[in-house]
Amino acid sequence: MLKRVYVWEFPVRLTHWINVLGIASLSITGYYIGNPFVHAVSTDQYIMGWMRFIHFVAAYLFAVSFLIRIYWSLAGNKYASWRVFNPFSAGKFKELKEITKFYLFMKKEPPTGVGHTACATYVYLGLFILFIVEILTGFALYSQSHVGFLWKLMGGWMLSLFSAQTLRLYHHLIMWLIIAFSIAHVYIGWLLDRAERSGIMSSIFSGYKTVEEE
Amino acid sequence: MQDDNLFAGLSRRGVSRRDFMKFCTAMAATLALPSSFVSQIAEALEKKQKPYLVWLEYQDCAGDTEALLRANKPTVAEIVLDILSVDYHETIMAAAGKQAEKSLMDVVKNHKGKYFVVVEGSIPLKDGGVYCCVGGKAAIDIAKEVCGNALATIAVGTCAAYGGLPAANPNPTGAVGVKEAVGGTVVNLPGCPVNVENITATIVHYLTFGSLPTLDGLGRPYFGFGKRIHDNCERRAHFDAGQFVRKWGDEGHRLGWCLYEMGCKGPAAYQNCPTMKYNEKTSWPVQAGHGCIGCATPNFWDTMTPFYKRLPKVPGFGVETTADKIGLGIAAAAAAGVAAHAIASSTKKKESEEK
Repeated sequence: MLKRVYVWEFPVRLTHWINVLGIASLSITGYYIGNPFVHAVSTDQYIMGWMRFIHFVAAYLFAVSFLIRIYWSLAGNKYASWRVFNPFSAGKFKELKEITKFYLFMKKEPPTGVGHTACATYVYLGLFILFIVEILTGFALYSQSHVGFLWKLMGGWMLSLFSAQTLRLYHHLIMWLIIAFSIAHVYIGWLLDRAERSGIMSSIFSGYKTVEEE
Repeated sequence: MQDDNLFAGLSRRGVSRRDFMKFCTAMAATLALPSSFVSQIAEALEKKQKPYLVWLEYQDCAGDTEALLRANKPTVAEIVLDILSVDYHETIMAAAGKQAEKSLMDVVKNHKGKYFVVVEGSIPLKDGGVYCCVGGKAAIDIAKEVCGNALATIAVGTCAAYGGLPAANPNPTGAVGVKEAVGGTVVNLPGCPVNVENITATIVHYLTFGSLPTLDGLGRPYFGFGKRIHDNCERRAHFDAGQFVRKWGDEGHRLGWCLYEMGCKGPAAYQNCPTMKYNEKTSWPVQAGHGCIGCATPNFWDTMTPFYKRLPKVPGFGVETTADKIGLGIAAAAAAGVAAHAIASSTKKKESEEK
């Protein structure tokens, strides 16, 4: 018997899509800020001004989305819980071995499971750390032009530990890591959608997966 | 001989009352004070006893001394400092040898706690400080004695403030800034070279208010280092518009567009260059068509390089390998991995279907 399971609750889906929009707009505008590839023809234009404005607005949106997701890891269902991301929880290594075998064509079927795969939880944990570094370095750089206690607290304190240029470099490099993640993420979604036949791709819109009843 | 007050000394050198008031106004502006303070500054300079000032020079290029002396006509600021620094200045004093060292020690002995010390250059600490000695004494020992008995120490130039070029990686002499070497009350006036207006303003602040100017976390006075260069830059409008110099001497460079793409570090540097400028307000790097190198930033030689690129080089990679090349490589590797997996996956599927 097949049954429909409500896996991704609304806040999980919402933050996911804010992140998609955020990462896309932050990457494009951020790349422009680091390397202005379009030049204005007249001083009346405001290209860099707009790029920075969009970057800052998207950054706030992304940071808030990250906070909502943190909150939901405490308040949400078992698929969203922080416990899923505990790298040392029982049986995690075995699950990781199983899913890795599937990715390396050593097994035909992916391991059964409803929420994140073991591999995904490790990757997302790393991704969350990258997000935190990106948000902190971003606000540290922002605090140079926006002086105030709030921005000092949100990242400006990092400037007393690292030089602005070092922060700028890592802020930029991590963007590429997140882009590389996004490519792999979409592909694996498609791969599992085909292999599991649980509707993983549509689940991030609807929240529901279709799984075999146990 | 010391004159009774600053203005008496100035008028003897042919400085008119009008020029003196102009100087006081400029100082009020430098210190970010309203014009109502001009008369207070003038009064202080007229009435107060001049403070004694000695100028010590250690590991440096004498660039700060050059900055002080380079004016093409004697300015009021220069004369003020000239009068102040008559007691001891290694590069410009007439005395030499033991006599010179004696005059320094005389100031320390006779005016204990009442004189200013200006230090130019970093102080080496490695191997007992042997890498910089004056009159057979290590710089660190002289500085400890002279700065320790002073009213306040003013570290001029990035070397004296934070170690500067001698302290750049690998720092063979163990060079440090004055504050780190001797502690105590130190006003840092970094810059390569220091802006002389900022030295004068610091002393005028003391003469007027009896206290040193408010300092930031890096020991720099807010009046000179509280604002970001990028925010006060005369080319800022071109930055916001999106008009950038792409190559030295190109159309944009000739039209005075923003030097951001040429590696200008104005967005990460703090000093009053855009408003004070250098050499009697003649010009400053960005006005002259060269990006800021962030010379007033601690460790600027290590952290602000490469000067002509936006981003530093990625640690562990060659100079020509930029962050974008590496990043693009990572993203391309992810895409290639995905493509390879997809191809392998579809072949496998076909095989199993054929069976």
